[in-house]
Amino acid sequence: MTASDPIVRIDGVVKRFGAFEALKGVDLTIRRGERVVVCGPSGSGKSTLIRCINRLEEADGGRIVVDGIELGDDVRAIRAVRRRTAMVFQSFNLFPHLTVLENLTFAPVSVLGMPRAEAEARAMKYLELVHIAEHALAYPGRLSGGQQQRVAIARALAIEPEILLFDEPTSALDPEMIKEVLDVIVDLARQERTMIVVTHEMGFARAVADRVIFMDAGRIVEEGPPATFFANPRHERTRLFLSQILEH
Amino acid sequence: MAAWLKRNFFSSPLSTALTVALVALAVWLGPRLVDWALVGAVFRTADPEDCRKATGACWAVIAEKHRVMLFGTYPYDQHWRGLVAVALIFAMMLASTVRAFWSWRLLLAWVAAMAAALALQFGGFLGLPHVPTTRWGGLPLTMLLFLGTVAGGVPLAIVLALGRRSDLPAIRMLSIGYIETIRGVPLVNVLFMASLMIPLFLPEGVNFDKLLRAQVGMILFFAAYAAEVVRGGLQAVPRGQYEAADSLGASTWDRTVRIVLPQALRIVIPPLVNDIIRAFKNTSLLLIIGLFDVLGGTMAALEDPNWSRFYAEAYLFVAAIYFVVCFSMSQYSQRLETSLARGRNF
Repeated sequence: MTASDPIVRIDGVVKRFGAFEALKGVDLTIRRGERVVVCGPSGSGKSTLIRCINRLEEADGGRIVVDGIELGDDVRAIRAVRRRTAMVFQSFNLFPHLTVLENLTFAPVSVLGMPRAEAEARAMKYLELVHIAEHALAYPGRLSGGQQQRVAIARALAIEPEILLFDEPTSALDPEMIKEVLDVIVDLARQERTMIVVTHEMGFARAVADRVIFMDAGRIVEEGPPATFFANPRHERTRLFLSQILEH
Repeated sequence: MAAWLKRNFFSSPLSTALTVALVALAVWLGPRLVDWALVGAVFRTADPEDCRKATGACWAVIAEKHRVMLFGTYPYDQHWRGLVAVALIFAMMLASTVRAFWSWRLLLAWVAAMAAALALQFGGFLGLPHVPTTRWGGLPLTMLLFLGTVAGGVPLAIVLALGRRSDLPAIRMLSIGYIETIRGVPLVNVLFMASLMIPLFLPEGVNFDKLLRAQVGMILFFAAYAAEVVRGGLQAVPRGQYEAADSLGASTWDRTVRIVLPQALRIVIPPLVNDIIRAFKNTSLLLIIGLFDVLGGTMAALEDPNWSRFYAEAYLFVAAIYFVVCFSMSQYSQRLETSLARGRNF
């Protein structure tokens, strides 16, 4: 496998919520190891798009192939895709009745069938990676938002996915906690992992993205490497968005 | 002190009036109650004549009749078996309140204890005479039926609640149909149907025990109500929890059993305990199909014409038994809620 083989292929994907068309035919190919930032105004379909990649949303039209597996109605294919992808949510979605450690061992033990001791060793490794190992036995409710999101990142890493999906990982955080979470994501991005990050953090996009994708009204309007994307946006809509988001 | 009194008892004209009225009531009622319950009461006598002459309560009726009240129609010389069974059950209930004991071993201990209690009631081994279920009665019957109802009803309720939220229309319709039908019928009716109608549909010669039929009826009735309680809990678990489990590749089973249900059940502890307490008291309806639970035993005991006029004392005694069990359950559920919430703010 070379660095250029596609790991995600999205062809003409359409998603409707009732009468509202959230995705109006999106085409996107992501290479293995590529770090992609998806941005756009709210309601542009960017979250819906990455939620379609691990089938948290079911596309109404088009094809999605992840790591060679086509998403359809086959439950086994869906679970196979989900084992290869992991999602970090805006609202963390940690399991409140489980300790931090148990949050991380849940999937390795019940999904991957790993022995508990091994799963715990793996969990501790990733908790150390996100600098929160000392809270392994705490319940998520005891942690700050930034700490919870770092645990959520570690939980996603614990299934050792091919692709990491981030759905506005810093949007629900207090400003002083955004940095600790972004630092962790930047560290991960430097390790050549395939990452698709929906975010408004343009500084992050500039620093680590291979490609920035701008969406509006259910379509990809513009994409390109951050250098050209930020310096020379081609579309008026992109320019307007960037001016709004960079000025505040 | 004065300020505290004023704030709590005399803060407004209405409050002052209520305080005065309640104090007057207590002054009027208190001495009469003490006179009746203690001063003029007869605590021990074998002769109902002594009670008739007394001005107060006749607690002696309890001493005289407690065997029938507590053990119903069970053979008199075998009452110790019921006593051991009830002691076993209460010991297990107490042990279950200790968090440190919570493991699969406790579950095994429960199965063993229930088997032992049932075996004691049945007899027919080691020289214990066999006692048919039609003669079981009193507190052992109440406790066994209650525990059977909860042990069978809670799992069934969970299955029904999950079924009602299933993606499969057939399962959903079946669950809804079941819940709505049973909820639309009074328990008395369910019990009558269980005891009288089920045999009509069974083939000739097949006849299963009246007590077992009643137990089945109580489980079915309890589950229909508890299913709606559990469903409420399932709805209270945020969608993000399902999504987080799904996104990690969890199967529907793992998602349900390890992530959603533990949270849903914790949310519904108060209403579920409410249903459980009601199930305990509903065992008294067994009376109408001819089974003598602890209340039925008391009514039977009062058929003795010598003592029948002292029904108030007897019923107070039974009420006290019900109250102690129900209040303990209620207190325990509150303690459980607090201890489960510790360190987890949700």
